[in-house]
Amino acid sequence: MTAPKEMKEEFPILKRNVHGKQLIYLDSSATTQKPQQVLDALRHFYTTSNANVHRVVHTLGEEATALYEQTRKKVADFVRASTEEIVFTRGTTDSINMLACMLESSVQPDDEVMISAMEHHSNLIPWQQLCKRRNAKLVVVGMNQEYEIDPADLKAKLSEKTKIVSFVHVSHVLGVINPVRELIKIIRNKNKEARIVVDGAQAVAHLAVDVKSIDCDFYVFSAHKMYGPTGVGVLYGKKALLDKLEPASFGGGMITSVSFEKSTWLDSPHKFEPGTPNIADVIAFGTAIDFMQRDDVKKAQEQEKDLIKLAHAELSKLSSVTILGPKDCSKRSGLIAFTVKDLHPHDVATGLDQYGVAVRAGHHCAMPLHKKLGIDASTRMSFAVYNTKEDVKTTLEALKKTIAALKK
Amino acid sequence: MKTEMKTETIKEQIGKESINPNQIGEGPLTEEQQIYKENILDHYRNPHHKGTLSNTTLTHTEHNPLCGDMVTMHLMIKNNQITDVKFDGHGCTISQASASMLTDKLQEMTLDKIKKITRDEIMEMIGVPLGPVRSRCALLALRTVIKGLENLQ
Repeated sequence: MTAPKEMKEEFPILKRNVHGKQLIYLDSSATTQKPQQVLDALRHFYTTSNANVHRVVHTLGEEATALYEQTRKKVADFVRASTEEIVFTRGTTDSINMLACMLESSVQPDDEVMISAMEHHSNLIPWQQLCKRRNAKLVVVGMNQEYEIDPADLKAKLSEKTKIVSFVHVSHVLGVINPVRELIKIIRNKNKEARIVVDGAQAVAHLAVDVKSIDCDFYVFSAHKMYGPTGVGVLYGKKALLDKLEPASFGGGMITSVSFEKSTWLDSPHKFEPGTPNIADVIAFGTAIDFMQRDDVKKAQEQEKDLIKLAHAELSKLSSVTILGPKDCSKRSGLIAFTVKDLHPHDVATGLDQYGVAVRAGHHCAMPLHKKLGIDASTRMSFAVYNTKEDVKTTLEALKKTIAALKK
Repeated sequence: MKTEMKTETIKEQIGKESINPNQIGEGPLTEEQQIYKENILDHYRNPHHKGTLSNTTLTHTEHNPLCGDMVTMHLMIKNNQITDVKFDGHGCTISQASASMLTDKLQEMTLDKIKKITRDEIMEMIGVPLGPVRSRCALLALRTVIKGLENLQ
């Protein structure tokens, strides 16, 4: 079995230096690095099988179509869905915007759309704008003491007016794993008609996701946060619901017939994928899923938990550091965000960058959450299968030096 | 490209980069490239002209949405010339040091001259190389002054 140290070898970018230091990449929640086999898949497709899909009968077209649809099968297996339930999009943001558009007609004036206080802007603004268009109300569910979406508050705010509930599986700031099954049971018990969307962007690279057991209506995520290329996302939807939904955009490749008077659509998922899709990146995404299915990668994924524990323990020793999110590391996945007293997160991140350590700083596209936490911004370390305990130790040393250098 | 930039004002340069993307992060940092040089830290720890002015000709605030940096500029203007300037705000070292340095620079400057300050002048004033993202922090103070002056007209 490969330990994470050797895992680094599979990611060519991790060999580079930054400011003369070995790169330590702790910003995988923003986007993961790509293993050699994913890079090879992109190159291989363009050099051997590049053609358009679904409408070309020559050999290359058949190959491209087969590879493209093979990825759909891999994604379906990955989240335990069937292929007609997997729609390729441009990313999580695109998936949510599509849903906000396709579900719009189900929202009437005075109806309610519900989100949580910890949402990324991408799971907030599309719903806010939908509410604005429909004269509906955006209702925000709060957090409990463990920084999870509060089941009691959810229960209290649900009513027959609730048409859509959309919330995050793993928070990209708090790192908390929300009890999605429990939350969805509460929603189903109180309102059978409400459509439930789960934003899985931060979950898919770390947790085994089973959409059937979660029982959400829709589950959305991005390829680039799970070792695949940028520009590809997934919209999973229950077949019965996708069958009934009208597409959000239109064009070639999605129709059964077209006249000047009317058009009719193919079945899902093809009716939701007009135009030429992002073929090469989708195919390389399939290779990323292959990578994630390897035993050694799964083992490295397990070891991410130790990194979180180590980082949490080491950060806790620093008196000027405040960690955001749950204290109980078993409730966390993938990341730790924190603030340093009297130090702006940008200065922390730039300070760490000078030691070759890449972390994220800012409001992480979650301004309302930061406001709720009473801060402008935070610094975030996030982990992936290529990170090691040495990475965490080196980062903590660099952090201590940065804090000492910038102290007022 | 570089010489062309010199002639452009800050307004024309927002979003444009004079830095070669391939050079960011290449090679070890020289002393000159250390971002937190004493000069910057001095201005950050002991900012010049920090505070407020009452009855100003112009008081204007701008934010950096990226990180919540905030700078307010208070300007006293007489005959198209700065007679007094103070700044207030909070944020990262670069944004606050840049505001402090800018208040030094603006003393007794004419409005015409202020409007012609270029991005490169600010970068020179800061004296450390910044990528396109951190550049926004460095340019916040000047952007605040320029936007404020626009409102005044």
